[in-house]
Amino acid sequence: MAEPMLENDQPLLVADALGKSYGRIAACRDVSFALYPGEVLAIVGESGSGKSTLLQLLSGQLAASSGCVSYRMRDGVTRDLATLGEAERRFLFRTDWGYVHQDPAQGLRMAVSAGANVGERLMAVGWNHYGRIRDTASNWLERVEIDVARIDDAPRTYSGGMRQRLQIARNLVTEPRLVFMDEPTGGLDVSVQARLLDLLRNLVAELHLAVIIVTHDLAVARLLSHRVMVMKGGRVIETGLTDQVLDDPREPYTQLLVSSILPP
Amino acid sequence: MNAPAYNFAYLDEQTKRMIRRAILKAIAIPGYQVPFASREMPMPYGWGTGGVQVTAAILGPDDVLKVIDQGSDDTTNAISIRKFFAKTAGVATTTATENATVIQTRHRIPETALGPNQVLVYQVPIPEPLRFLEPRETETRRMHALAEYGLMHVKLYEDIARFGHIATAYAYPVKVNGRYVMDPSPTPKFDNPKMDNCPALQLFGAGREKRIYAIPPYTQVVSLDFEDHPFEPYRFNAPCALCGAENSYLDEIVTDDKGGRMFVCSDTDFCEERQTAGHHGSLSAAPYKEKAHG
Ligand SMILES: Nc1ncnc2c1ncn2[C@@H]1O[C@H](COP(=O)(O)OP(=O)(O)O)[C@@H](O)[C@H]1O
Ligand SMILES: [Mg+2]
Ligand SMILES: [Zn+2]
Repeated sequence: MAEPMLENDQPLLVADALGKSYGRIAACRDVSFALYPGEVLAIVGESGSGKSTLLQLLSGQLAASSGCVSYRMRDGVTRDLATLGEAERRFLFRTDWGYVHQDPAQGLRMAVSAGANVGERLMAVGWNHYGRIRDTASNWLERVEIDVARIDDAPRTYSGGMRQRLQIARNLVTEPRLVFMDEPTGGLDVSVQARLLDLLRNLVAELHLAVIIVTHDLAVARLLSHRVMVMKGGRVIETGLTDQVLDDPREPYTQLLVSSILPP
Repeated sequence: MNAPAYNFAYLDEQTKRMIRRAILKAIAIPGYQVPFASREMPMPYGWGTGGVQVTAAILGPDDVLKVIDQGSDDTTNAISIRKFFAKTAGVATTTATENATVIQTRHRIPETALGPNQVLVYQVPIPEPLRFLEPRETETRRMHALAEYGLMHVKLYEDIARFGHIATAYAYPVKVNGRYVMDPSPTPKFDNPKMDNCPALQLFGAGREKRIYAIPPYTQVVSLDFEDHPFEPYRFNAPCALCGAENSYLDEIVTDDKGGRMFVCSDTDFCEERQTAGHHGSLSAAPYKEKAHG
């Protein structure tokens, strides 16, 4: 009874003084924070402020120049990502983590059916029963509002919004605890964006997902996130509860961001 | 008579040693693709230059060589490779499976069970089983290294989703010794069970792609499948029209333009031996017409 509470009391992921330099360019400097289970954190800031670099550092795809990221694994043991072997890191990536790319073509196998796209992670962790894989894939297509009749079609034949929803299903099928998203609504029409955001918001709540989402769109941050980190020149210049930061920004830079994007 | 202008079995000794080292490594790591410095051979790629180099590297003067192409000893390809080694190595050749010590093959495993004193050399066009879904070589290598083989099942899943069953009929992927997933070359899946626990050494050579791999004698070879769609070796449901064999792999031969066809053993040596031993099919010369069902 007490254990789940205790589990939720401990951070899932901790960034400690994280930095990344490209020669003389500091793409990301001295970023520290803790993310808790079920928490949605938005990273906002203008283009070039270091959002994507930070996301890659946090997800272990890029080696940090300084600092470290630790993650509490499913077995409860907290590990420094830099000490994970390649096999462990890749396993984490297809089980307890998800990664939603802005361009669905990067996160999907475009020539393979939707069912196999969703089923791939299951097969990768040893599922060996076609009927069960297919049933699970069908379920997930339904959950992301894709007509199950399209299960054998390749995402090549899907619209942009459907592709993005398929990418989400492909990631969530192993019930990850943490999902990284890089501009997941970028490049979509406004009405398609709205539907996707709605879907994401429901899934995140239902599944008690922790999410780190990078977006330049403050409306996305407001709809999805509990907390916001504002980045500028590779640094976090302001952080706090989403409503507080967006309604009452302290930093002049954040005020500028808010005023230029949110309608008065 | 003048001494031939080439070394025994065409390749120079240094090249043969290099290939033998690759073969030894391949035997030590069953199913693992070992890179080797493939040489130009006096025949085009697609004619089995990988298999020819492997054969050249293992052949000794006392060996007896058999060469088959799709089960037949008599295709242009099989004849020219056989002649090549008869000329360059002076080895004896045969069409009888049981008399051969080295059998080079394209697309079949002989029906006659192989023994511990034999080596089967496969000609391989594309050695990488993951290639069709993952074109990046760096990524497929990593997948092999980490034994990440989910992608192989994605391919089988696609087959079932599209055709209702695993439609892959050739080059059906296998797992060797519980570790590496391997492409058995474009043999029919009918032949897959013959690879398992086989007393003969099996060597695979891909010339254009510069890879050698191996299945040592008595090694476990398992065809990939799903619990609810188990692997099934396929053959036409008919006896051989010439020798009556019920358990051999059959070629379908169209005999006229009115739907007439006959099924005969793809392994011509096997079929002829059976006929010599007195076995008969439903016909020997006239075309076989499949009876209408029901
Ligand atoms: N691979 C790289 N090599 C050199 N500089 C890079 C590289 N990736 C990013 N940068 C630089 O780091 C800074 C932050 O980039 P990025 O993280 O992509 O920002 P954002 O995602 O916020 O647009 C930029 O100045 C960018 O030019
Ligand atoms: Mg970016
Ligand atoms: Zn026959």
